[in-house]
Amino acid sequence: MPILSLIIWLTILGGLLTLFVGDQRCRMLALVISIIAFVFSLTLYFGFDTTTAQMQFVEHAAWLPSFGINYSLGVDGISAPLIILTTFINIVVVISAWEVIQDKPAMYLASFLIMTGFMVGVFAATDSILFYIFFEATLLPMFLIIGIWGGPRRVYATIKFFLYTFFGSVFMLVALIYMGTKTDSFAIQALHELPLGSGAQTLIFFAFFIAFAVKIPMWPVHTWLPDAHVEAPTAGSAVLAAIMLKMGGYGFMRFSLPIVPDASAQLSWLVILFSLIAVVYIGFVALAQSDMKKLIAYSSISHMGFVTLGMFVIFGIMANSTEGAADGHVVMALEGAMVQMISHGFISAAMFLCVGVLYDRMHSRQIADYGGVVNTMPLFAAFMVFFAMANAGLPGTSGFVGEFMVILATFKANFWYAFLAASTLILGAAYTLWMVKRVVFGDVANENVAALTDINRREKYMLGLLAAMVLFFGLWPQPMVNMMHATIENLVQHVTTSKL
Amino acid sequence: MKLIYICAPLAPLIGAIAAGFFGNKIGRTNAHRATIAGVAIAFLLSLVSLFHQMSGGERFDETIYTWMVSGGIKFEVGFLVDRLTVVMMTVVTSVSLMVHIYTIGYMKDDPGYQRFFSYISLFTFAMLMLVMANNFMQLFFGWEAVGLVSYLLIGFWYKKPTAIFANLKAFLVNRVGDFGFLLGIAAVLMYTGTLNYSEAFAAAPSMVGTTIELIPGVAWSALTVTCICLFIGAMGKSAQIPLHVWLPDSMEGPTPISALIHAATMVTAGIFMVARMSPFFELSVTALSFVLIIGSLTALLMGLIGIVQNDIKRVVAYSTLSQLGYMTVALGASAYGAAIFHLMTHAFFKALLFLAAGSVIIGMHHEQDIRKMGGLRKYMPITYWTSLIGTLALIGFPGFSGFFSKDAIIEAVHHSHIPGAGFAYLCVLLGVFITAFYSFRMFFLVFHGEERFDDHTREHLHESPKVVTWPLILLAIPSVILGALTIGPMLFGGFFGDAIVVDPSRDVLAEIGSHYHGVVKFVLHGFQVPAVYLALAGAVSAWYIYLRKPSIADWFADKFGFLHRLLDNKYGFDDFNQKVFAGGSLALADKLWTVGDVKLIDGMMVNGTANKIGVFSTVIRKLGSGYLYNYAFAMIVGLLAMLSIFIFTT
Repeated sequence: MPILSLIIWLTILGGLLTLFVGDQRCRMLALVISIIAFVFSLTLYFGFDTTTAQMQFVEHAAWLPSFGINYSLGVDGISAPLIILTTFINIVVVISAWEVIQDKPAMYLASFLIMTGFMVGVFAATDSILFYIFFEATLLPMFLIIGIWGGPRRVYATIKFFLYTFFGSVFMLVALIYMGTKTDSFAIQALHELPLGSGAQTLIFFAFFIAFAVKIPMWPVHTWLPDAHVEAPTAGSAVLAAIMLKMGGYGFMRFSLPIVPDASAQLSWLVILFSLIAVVYIGFVALAQSDMKKLIAYSSISHMGFVTLGMFVIFGIMANSTEGAADGHVVMALEGAMVQMISHGFISAAMFLCVGVLYDRMHSRQIADYGGVVNTMPLFAAFMVFFAMANAGLPGTSGFVGEFMVILATFKANFWYAFLAASTLILGAAYTLWMVKRVVFGDVANENVAALTDINRREKYMLGLLAAMVLFFGLWPQPMVNMMHATIENLVQHVTTSKL
Repeated sequence: MKLIYICAPLAPLIGAIAAGFFGNKIGRTNAHRATIAGVAIAFLLSLVSLFHQMSGGERFDETIYTWMVSGGIKFEVGFLVDRLTVVMMTVVTSVSLMVHIYTIGYMKDDPGYQRFFSYISLFTFAMLMLVMANNFMQLFFGWEAVGLVSYLLIGFWYKKPTAIFANLKAFLVNRVGDFGFLLGIAAVLMYTGTLNYSEAFAAAPSMVGTTIELIPGVAWSALTVTCICLFIGAMGKSAQIPLHVWLPDSMEGPTPISALIHAATMVTAGIFMVARMSPFFELSVTALSFVLIIGSLTALLMGLIGIVQNDIKRVVAYSTLSQLGYMTVALGASAYGAAIFHLMTHAFFKALLFLAAGSVIIGMHHEQDIRKMGGLRKYMPITYWTSLIGTLALIGFPGFSGFFSKDAIIEAVHHSHIPGAGFAYLCVLLGVFITAFYSFRMFFLVFHGEERFDDHTREHLHESPKVVTWPLILLAIPSVILGALTIGPMLFGGFFGDAIVVDPSRDVLAEIGSHYHGVVKFVLHGFQVPAVYLALAGAVSAWYIYLRKPSIADWFADKFGFLHRLLDNKYGFDDFNQKVFAGGSLALADKLWTVGDVKLIDGMMVNGTANKIGVFSTVIRKLGSGYLYNYAFAMIVGLLAMLSIFIFTT
């Protein structure tokens, strides 16, 4: 059964169908489709062979054979978890929109379903042009979501978002075409094998780097994200943070590291530098925010610093270790980056949904407008404190796992890298818990807070689902990490095999 | 035995879940029943483990489940139960049980009754996981989990601005410690290749001679760096200078948790951790010296602040800080056994003092200022006598449990030759006088002298209910006898065996032990050294100054205003942190944001483009005039059509 195509086209066509059933019945239909898609994606976990690094669930159809472009799909240990995450978040998003979106709900849900299909396509594509098309296609629904259902400055935010990311990916397309012409194939696997000189590698590295650094986003090309988050509707922010950012991290792993290993090694210092700036500088910037969504947006950037740090610090580890690439720290750094991506998917979505819950009631994202929410919304407060703790990387939540792995691994490369990275322990706790203190705790701040009602059953399910995942992977990350081993080890092989 | 060890921490966890998630359904009484049952089971199982170990049972070191494997490095959850562990388990669960019972009375009228029980049971679970860990990851797990519960409990009364300030402060200061701790763990993993205690300890000697260049050109011993990083964690949790600032503020929480978490158990986690890591610390004299100096500074300086405090709980809090300093000194002097011994006796008498203070606070209708008390002796006899026992134990009155443990520490430091031992000896001796002085100052101001409260308070003043006084009595018993009973076997009988490693050249306890001839001789020997007389002098001075001639205190505050202000400001640590760290960070954050992000990146880098976007978007808006999404949908549909055509035609 072509399970990957099934997931992709079920959500895309299902999304179109949602458009036609009208605003009354669209919700139930969207929920059913998203649940089916999630169930399908679970087969990627249960049917997954953890012993091989080969692509699994492979599908192949010629598309533009004269150009060597194919419709080929497949998953391995780094894409399968991301696909499952995507379909899972999709369910949460549909629940979150239920009675909140009254304006064109069918179109709203359709956008999300279609976007989910595209995002799954990004992670499942094994042809680089197909990847590129899906990669760009995800921009359209997000563009609409922010542009139609967004806040007052949505036009500015959408244009900034669109141009920023579009600008980034154009370079990637050039690089892909250049390499495609050299091998007569756009299969990513073929690009992995393609020999490249040092000069070409450097150029290609930067082409990919611009595309993925904007997407993930890295300092200093991150400023589109806070604006996009602030203006996006709640679910838009959730998907943006939970999945779309991960396409950047995924790109680094799928393209940059194996295709241009020598340039990656040479320029790893640059990525590490930007990553550490992301952790420290952005951590401070988050502290200065007065808008909850902006604060969480900056927190996302800071957390993504661990992803890029984990991926590129491996060169430092190998240089510093007597065992070279065989050192366990190398695999741990890469897997830590992956775990951080998945975990951040749950936690950031949850944080944005928490803000959404408050926003739906008070129509304000300003921290100063709140205070003492716990008095009127005790159950919500419990969720919010829990997710805040996860965001601050408390052990027992999934937020801890990735950071812990990356910091432990980074120590082997350089004490000061680890020192700066570990500062997130203090900074992350400071900005997250300070916000919680000002929003959740204290006496009832004003009559609006006094009039709040606690979360309803729908919101309970929505946050409960995410809390369960955060707790589960915090207490037992093994099932997730186990999926990645073979693929990551294979990746290390590629990275350490010089193309020069 | 494995089942017993698994059930011990799980029982309180189940209690916590029952009270936390189903608190409203099962009601107040059932909530405390469930949690007390859980902790009681844990206590009994701890006793079973204790006797099993004491009767020569095998040390248990097994993995319960594999949390994760990455890069061949195992991350596991597992238990190491040896004699060090069982002592800690018993201390934690017994004090916790007393506090649970006491809470029934103390929190009687609180609307958050079930939540409170849930938290303290959760704490007991986390603390047991911490002390029973057989690897660094689980240690860190428990370490942060107790920090979380501490955060939740300090801020338990979430409407109080001071409480939610204090809990954030406590969490962040602890995170500073954890920051060092995490780097220490990373160092252990890097140099030994494992997170498992037994394997890491076995590999520790191979680290000797390994160096690390933190600053290019300056080679440091890897062991020293590792140990100091680990110890920074202990400084946070066990509130050593300069990371002590959170503990006094933590008194904003309800009194039972001040007793359980911020006196008896959680704050001693750092002491326990260093004792557990003795195979590492013993290999670095520099690290031990560092530990010793930090400990002695804390012991002396924090005790001094205790003299000028007027809040009954804060006096006890500063005394806790000072006593934690004593334990740290013992660690630095390689007298790990003495540190754990003092940890144990201190847990009981300090929990007693806190709970007694709580009893006074209930009696005084939540008045905590000792200047507004006085003469409570006749109103609260049980509280009075148990407080006296606690105070005598604290100052090290011969025969009471604190005497044995404190004397052992002082003797150990006296015999130690590690750099800084002379200074430390001076500090701990002076500390004895100061401890006695502030302890009896509080005791006399609260229970003796004239009654300084109003008639309304007097009418309602009476002894606390039985659920409050019984735990006091039960804690008073070990405060008296525990030291005499256990000093022989625990300190000098090789009780800890392999659990604690000491380099023979620094084994001060063995040296003292060679002169040890029973409890009576130890007490008599106590009279030949200065400590006892210093304690006596402290108590007598307090009596003279605060009961006979109160004018002396005012005269002193007047004459030495500078000194008084210095102590009153707690040496300026809080102001400094507030201005430099909190204020500085916020100012920096604001600058980075407004200048870095808004002006430089968005303003300069994106500005040129953004301006054009402005023009561009107006055009688009006119073109699309609100139907932009239609175009976009058309594009998506077109894309789909294109894709499908290609698929079906090929």
